[in-house]
Amino acid sequence: MHAAESIHFWVVAVTEPLLQADALVKRFGGLLATDNVAINVMAGEIHALIGPNGAGKTTLVGQLTGNLRPDSGTIRFAGRDVTRLPIHARVQLGLARSFQITSVLREFTTLDNAALAVQAHDGHSFRFLADARCDGRLRDLALRNLETVGLGPRAHTLASALSHGEQRQLEIAMALAGAPKLLLLDEPMAGMGADESRRLVALLRGLKERCGMLLIEHDMDAVFALADRITVLVYGRAIASGTPDQIRSNAEVRQAYLGEGVL
Amino acid sequence: MAGLLSALRTPRGIVTVFLLLVLAVLPLLTQAFDQRYLLSVSTRIVIWSIAAVSLNVILGYGGLVSFGHAAFLGIGGYAVGILSAEGFESGWLQWPVAILVAVVWATLIGALSLRTRGVYFIMITLAFAQLVYYLSSGLAAYGGDDGLNISRSRFPGLIDLRDKAAFYWLCFVLLCGTLWFCSRLVHSRFGYVLRGAKSNELRMTALGFPVFRYRLVAFALAGAFGALAGILLANDGAYISPAMMSWVKSGDLIVIVVLGGIGALFGPLYGAVAFFVVEEFLPPLLDLLHRGWGEYWQIVFGPLLVMIALYARGGIDSLLGRRRD
Repeated sequence: MHAAESIHFWVVAVTEPLLQADALVKRFGGLLATDNVAINVMAGEIHALIGPNGAGKTTLVGQLTGNLRPDSGTIRFAGRDVTRLPIHARVQLGLARSFQITSVLREFTTLDNAALAVQAHDGHSFRFLADARCDGRLRDLALRNLETVGLGPRAHTLASALSHGEQRQLEIAMALAGAPKLLLLDEPMAGMGADESRRLVALLRGLKERCGMLLIEHDMDAVFALADRITVLVYGRAIASGTPDQIRSNAEVRQAYLGEGVL
Repeated sequence: MAGLLSALRTPRGIVTVFLLLVLAVLPLLTQAFDQRYLLSVSTRIVIWSIAAVSLNVILGYGGLVSFGHAAFLGIGGYAVGILSAEGFESGWLQWPVAILVAVVWATLIGALSLRTRGVYFIMITLAFAQLVYYLSSGLAAYGGDDGLNISRSRFPGLIDLRDKAAFYWLCFVLLCGTLWFCSRLVHSRFGYVLRGAKSNELRMTALGFPVFRYRLVAFALAGAFGALAGILLANDGAYISPAMMSWVKSGDLIVIVVLGGIGALFGPLYGAVAFFVVEEFLPPLLDLLHRGWGEYWQIVFGPLLVMIALYARGGIDSLLGRRRD
């Protein structure tokens, strides 16, 4: 790397959060789904986003990924304003996501899924003749990502035949393909058994060194086990943000979750 | 060779190899048994197979139901016909121009119609095809509604397209080339993106694929091979007419692909053979049962299609056993 470039990179890495969203507003008709929300994620950090159902978590994540366009506000990622960038351009910059509802290519094998994810980051795919199944550049890295998440032995199984927990693992293997700087995890524990959840918590903790994570999750055990910081969203507003201990003792948060008995 | 031998172990492989072998030597057979009409039917089967294979690229692999594919055949045919009428008879000029025009047209209408989904995509591709259809009907200088007799493309010293057997073999070789290209395409990086987008478009976008661009290129590719079929069709009858791109033809192409097996490499070939065999031989068969019934052969063919749609989703291809990939 060029000297000036590396200094620039160093400055960005130290002074600026990886992801910085400011004053985001999103309305659906009369509903204020995102109400002037600011949130940031530092490199190597797990920042959890929690809140009751309907708090607007998915709407907020949608704006960060580019599925939704905010009515106002800015989103900066890796030192760039990405507010108006389309989804695929953000992904190319290193912003990967997993879905709330499991979303894999069901008719393809586990390895095909992981390989397609690698392919997405390996230049354009306007190659019409060479067999992608014999492409070591895709398959080797894909297999390594599958092994990272513990799916190595299931490489040649159809994705539709994987268990729910395995499909979520596959999602993460796919998200890892582009060596992302930031992972947006939309309820990765949803629908998992206690055992599967514990395995996933361990997996995510192990990945922390590789990339920052924004974790949207209902499973409070997982949130408090993983998060460095937590932001609480209620009715579209971020009512509190801080370390797990601060959040646990925050009166307003306790109010919002009153009766749910989760904190 | 090893691939061919292992292919012969499955019913699908046996049927496919047998079908291709019969098609390869067909002019010899029709000559030996003096069945020139059969050769002309077979030529049409091979040409429509090319068209169906090209539709299969977007319909089968891309999951996009284009209801205007015959327009590309028409564009290919009319490009040849108009150039021929204007005195440019060299195939070396006609064929590339025809394909180029089809690719440009496919890119234009693809750029608009690929922004829609589902029924809207079907309607908009149909609308554009009808536009081309009525445009060709209005070309009074080139026959208008009645169509136009043309002279065949010339490839001096290479091949004489007036020779029925030679023309058939040319079509057959081009069909093989088209099938070969598709067999490579399916498992190429491009093919994976195209099929992935059919399986789960949202996921592919989230992975970072600009799905629209890949579909547009697939649409243009399908248009190019569709135009090739149109070029051959114009040369087969030395005749062009708007009828070759009526919406009925677009519908026939979808029927052929569905009948043969959507997204199966050789599906369009099985479909075209079945479609034309039924179209040619069902009416005389019904006439044998009762004079005059032949006219109503579609009363039998229609329910047959319904049965395929209901009970054999993968078409003829699925009746030949499970696919290995």
